[in-house]
Amino acid sequence: MSHPATPVVPETVDGAATPPADGEEIIRFAHVGKAFGDKVVYEDLNLDIRRGETLTIIGGSGVGKSVCLKMLIGLLKADRGSIRAFGDEVTTMDERALMGVRSRIAMLFQGAALFDSMSVEDNIKYPLREHAWGTEEQMDARVAEVLELVDLPGVQKLRPSELSGGMKKRVGLARTIAMKPEVVLYDEPTTGLDPITVRRINGLILRLQERLGVTSVVVTHDMDTVFTVTNRLALVYQRRIAFVGTPEEARHSDIRFLREFIKGGRGVLQEDLS
Amino acid sequence: MSGVQTFFGAIGEVAILTGQTARELVRRPFEVKLWIVQLEQGGVQSWSITFLTAVFTGMVMASQFAIGLEPFGASLYTGKLVSLGIVRELGPVLTALLVGGRVGAGFTAEIGSMAVTEQIDAIRALGANPVRKLVVPRVVAMVIALPLLTVLADLVGCLGGVFITMLEVHISFRFGIEQMIDTVDVPDLIHGILKSAFFGYFIAIISCWVGMNTRGGTEGVGQATTRTVVWTSITILISDFFLTRFFLAIYG
Ligand SMILES: Nc1ncnc2c1ncn2[C@@H]1O[C@H](COP(=O)(O)OP(=O)(O)OP(=O)(O)O)[C@@H](O)[C@H]1O
Ligand SMILES: [Mg+2]
Repeated sequence: MSHPATPVVPETVDGAATPPADGEEIIRFAHVGKAFGDKVVYEDLNLDIRRGETLTIIGGSGVGKSVCLKMLIGLLKADRGSIRAFGDEVTTMDERALMGVRSRIAMLFQGAALFDSMSVEDNIKYPLREHAWGTEEQMDARVAEVLELVDLPGVQKLRPSELSGGMKKRVGLARTIAMKPEVVLYDEPTTGLDPITVRRINGLILRLQERLGVTSVVVTHDMDTVFTVTNRLALVYQRRIAFVGTPEEARHSDIRFLREFIKGGRGVLQEDLS
Repeated sequence: MSGVQTFFGAIGEVAILTGQTARELVRRPFEVKLWIVQLEQGGVQSWSITFLTAVFTGMVMASQFAIGLEPFGASLYTGKLVSLGIVRELGPVLTALLVGGRVGAGFTAEIGSMAVTEQIDAIRALGANPVRKLVVPRVVAMVIALPLLTVLADLVGCLGGVFITMLEVHISFRFGIEQMIDTVDVPDLIHGILKSAFFGYFIAIISCWVGMNTRGGTEGVGQATTRTVVWTSITILISDFFLTRFFLAIYG
């Protein structure tokens, strides 16, 4: 157990995240193109992610934020361009080689994607079992540890159908970090949750970054997330990443939608971009 | 695209899925626990539907033949016709259609829901292979279960036939059974059982493929389930013709 005595989530999450200590670049998208049939999602996607930072990705509904994350771990194949993770080219890897990438870069899915047919415990043990991680007792201990980390001790025997939306997200997060990944991809971790749960999850993202040194990529529509956890902000717009910079820089961007999003005009962003 | 076009367009992809399934099937360690769960859900729980279908099919055939053959003075042959019809065709095909509808729709609904809620992506992201976890157990279960269910159908269907023949043609139970055993050769039985193994494979692989390729939320799952029932039924009926010609060519 890493931090047994400290409270798991800070009571309040105020102020912005600490700036990244100029970490090395560990992930790079270069000139990536992706289409589904006639629908072009990305024409020329360029983006780099640095060790230890929290990069937040924003953009309208259906612009391709989830697709971006899924291409990074090879769940979707890019049509062209290059995606490098830890120096290796992901786009040409077979499923076997991708397993290596996926044990270092884990993803929290938009709807948590817990396995309905299994208990919380078996959900969290799933990646551990697949990687022959340890004995049953070691796995039990790890399950308890990650559940504590997401502030849900003792829910091991519950089924996903017995959990609230916010609890599902947190159990999903527990499963995501069970293998101690270096990078965590969060796909809309707070969408559809009440404000208190939103703060709690933002607190968790921050905590994982600060205390465990996890690099985070967070897709979100949520202003609170942008201002509490973000080091750098990226905007998906017109089939590419149209802006990358600090939230402060985003305020003065010449992209109107971005300025309005930052001012809190969330609805405007959704309408204008879609 | 029309349904028929999509159906033929999918054949190539189903073939690819078959290749992946074969590869994962022989890769150790075998996940026998998952196989048994599917055998239980797909096979064991289908026995009652098989039983009912077969017994009534046997009885209705016997009723028809007993009356239809009477003008020719051939009513005594009722048992022969019923048992041949059941063992060669109706046992395997009706069982496959009924069980295929029940189990195939279930497979698609289950896997389709997982697809639209990103659970299949999650399996891959967590370091496992969805073909190994979802498709292999279902294919194994159906290839084993359907022939067994067909044996049950053959037996029950013939007994249903004998029962009605006793009532209609006034033969003894013993005569009915002896006639049945006399008529049905071992190749007839094997022919039907082998066909049902193919049907089991078709049901499982099609329903899994449709499930894994489900898009469009809950509504998409509903459409996918319907599609599975139609596609498996068509595949069973079409492949039955070719498999029958093939086995007839072998056994004569
Ligand atoms: N597997 C797929 N097959 C076909 N089209 C897809 C697939 N995945 C995504 N798309 C399409 O690609 C586009 C981008 O989808 P994506 O899920 O990345 O959007 P998003 O930015 O995450 O939106 P949201 O905020 O709704 O989650 C959408 O139009 C979607 O319909
Ligand atoms: Mg999304």
